[in-house]
Amino acid sequence: MIEIRFHGRGGQGAVTAAEILAKAVFEEEKYTQAFPSFGVERRGAPVTAFTRISDEPIRRRYQIYEPQYVVVLDEGLANVVNVTSGLKEGGKLLINTETGVLPNIDESKIITEKVDATQIALDFIGKNIVNTIMLGFLSAKTGVVSIDSLLKVIDETFKGKVAKANLEATEFIYNEYLDKE
Amino acid sequence: MVVKVISSAEAISEAVKLAKPNVIPVYPITPQTKISEKLADYIANGELDANYIRVESEHSAMSAAIGASGTGVRVFTATSSQGLSYMHEIVYAAAGMRMPIVMADANRAISSPINIWNDQQDSLSERDSGWIQIYAETGQEAFDTILQAYKVTENPDICVPTMVCVDGFILTHTVDPVSILTQEEVDSFLPPFKPVNAYLDPADPMSLGTLADPDYYLEIRKDLDDAMQRSLPLIEEVGKEFGDKFGRYYGLLEEYKTEDADIILIAMGSICGTIKEVIDQQRENGVKVGLLRVRVYRPFPKEAIINAVGDAKLAVLDKDISLGSGGALYLDTKSVVSNEVHGFILGLGGRDVTPSDIVEIIEKTESTSSDEIKWIGLRE
Repeated sequence: MIEIRFHGRGGQGAVTAAEILAKAVFEEEKYTQAFPSFGVERRGAPVTAFTRISDEPIRRRYQIYEPQYVVVLDEGLANVVNVTSGLKEGGKLLINTETGVLPNIDESKIITEKVDATQIALDFIGKNIVNTIMLGFLSAKTGVVSIDSLLKVIDETFKGKVAKANLEATEFIYNEYLDKE
Repeated sequence: MVVKVISSAEAISEAVKLAKPNVIPVYPITPQTKISEKLADYIANGELDANYIRVESEHSAMSAAIGASGTGVRVFTATSSQGLSYMHEIVYAAAGMRMPIVMADANRAISSPINIWNDQQDSLSERDSGWIQIYAETGQEAFDTILQAYKVTENPDICVPTMVCVDGFILTHTVDPVSILTQEEVDSFLPPFKPVNAYLDPADPMSLGTLADPDYYLEIRKDLDDAMQRSLPLIEEVGKEFGDKFGRYYGLLEEYKTEDADIILIAMGSICGTIKEVIDQQRENGVKVGLLRVRVYRPFPKEAIINAVGDAKLAVLDKDISLGSGGALYLDTKSVVSNEVHGFILGLGGRDVTPSDIVEIIEKTESTSSDEIKWIGLRE
C-alpha cells in the first residue's frame, strides 16, 4: 500500500488534489481511499489531506502517520508544521518553492523534489492554485499515477477554461520534469 | 452498475435518489451537510422529483417527515449529533406513530465540550426510541443499506422507522470506490411505496398521533416492541434478497474469523475495517482473535450474538458511553451472554483509533480482569 499526505492551506485545493489522485489511480484499476484532515475548514489555515493506493481493497480507517510521499503546496507550511513527520525511509518530499531554500528541511536526509509550481500556475492558470500542477509533478517524480489517468480525471473535475488551463499546466510540468529524472 | 470514487455522504445521496422519495425535509449540520446539499443538487438539476422542505430546525425536519409520511408517501431525512438530540422528542413520535421514515445519521459527538468529530454517542442515545438502527462499515454498505432500509421499514407488518448510521468524517468525508446500481436494478428490488395501513386521506378522514390513556398506552408500546422483534428476520431476508440480486450479502451481524477464536472483538461501524487488518496480522502471530461486527444494533440481535460468540472471551469496543455506567454496546452484550466480557471506551470526539489501540485491547483482554471499563488512547 502506498500512502500519500498533502499539505496545503484552506482554499488551495489539497483535498481536491487527494481526491483527484484517488480517482486517477482508480482508473488504473487500483483500490484507493482519500480523505481530508477532519475538522473545521478555514481559508488560509494549514490543511492536510490523504490518499491511499493499493492492489487490495483498503479496509483501514485511521489517519496516515507514515506516508511514502508528502506533497506540499505552499512552502511556508514547512516553517509552521512538520511536513516530513513520519515520512518513510526512501520516501520523497515534493514541495512547491519559489526560493528553493528550505531552512527547516534537512535535504541531506530527505529526498526532496523541488519545483516552482506557483510560477507555472500564474503562467497557465492566472492564479496561484497549484494542486493539479503538483499532481503532475508527483506523477513525473514517483510514477505513482500515470499522466493520462490524471489528465482524464482533471478534465472530469473542472469545467471549460479552468479545465483547459489545469490540463495544460499539469501536462507541462509532467513533461518538463520527467525528462530531468 | 457503475463504480464511482465518492464519499459515503454522496453514496447515501445516490441511494436516496434511486429510492425516489417524495418528500425530503432536512436541516444541515456538520458532517451530514454533504448529504442534504447533494440531494438539493439532484432536485435542482431535475434528477430527483421530490419536495425538498427547507425547515428551520431538526425538530421541524422530523415533524415535517412525520406529516409527509402520514400521507402515505416515501420520506427521507438526515441529521447528526446536536441535530439528532434536538429532534429527540419527534424521533420517538415517528416510531410511536409507526411512520416508515428512513433517516441517515452522520455519527458525531455530543456537546459539551463542543466537538464536531466522530463518535456514536448521538445515535446510541436514541437507542430506546423505537427506530431500527443499522451501522455501516463502508460507503458501499451505506449505499446498499439505504435501499434495504426502505424495504424493511415500509413492510406493512413492520412500519418502524430506520436510522442508517455512518461514522461522521471517517465515512462521510472519505472517498473510495462505491458500486452504484442503476435505476432499473433498484426498481426491481424496491418497488414504489404503497401504504396499506393507516394514512391521511381526505376521502377517508382520520386522526394520527392521538392521546392514548392508561387503558391503551401499554398495549400500543407492546405492539411497537413486537414489530421491532418481527423486523429482525425481515432484515435478514431483505439482506439476503439484496445479495441474491446484486452479490453483496448483509445480515444482522458480520462474523470475521470468529469460528475458532479465543477472543472476539465486538464493534460497530467503520472501526471494523481497521480491526479486520489487525486480526489478520495477529493471526499470523498465532493469536486466535476474531471480530463480530454488530450491523443491526436495534432491535438487538440477541440470539444471533449468543450463537456467534461460543465461549470466547469478548472485548466490546464502544465509541460512546452511558456515563456512570459503561458503553451501550458493552451493556447490551453483557445482558445477553454469559461469557467473560471486557468493555473498552475509545475514539470519543474523533480521537483516531489506530492498529496499536486494537492490539492493546486484545492484550488487555488476554491479561486483565473484566470488571472495570477500560479507556483506550487516553493521554497520561
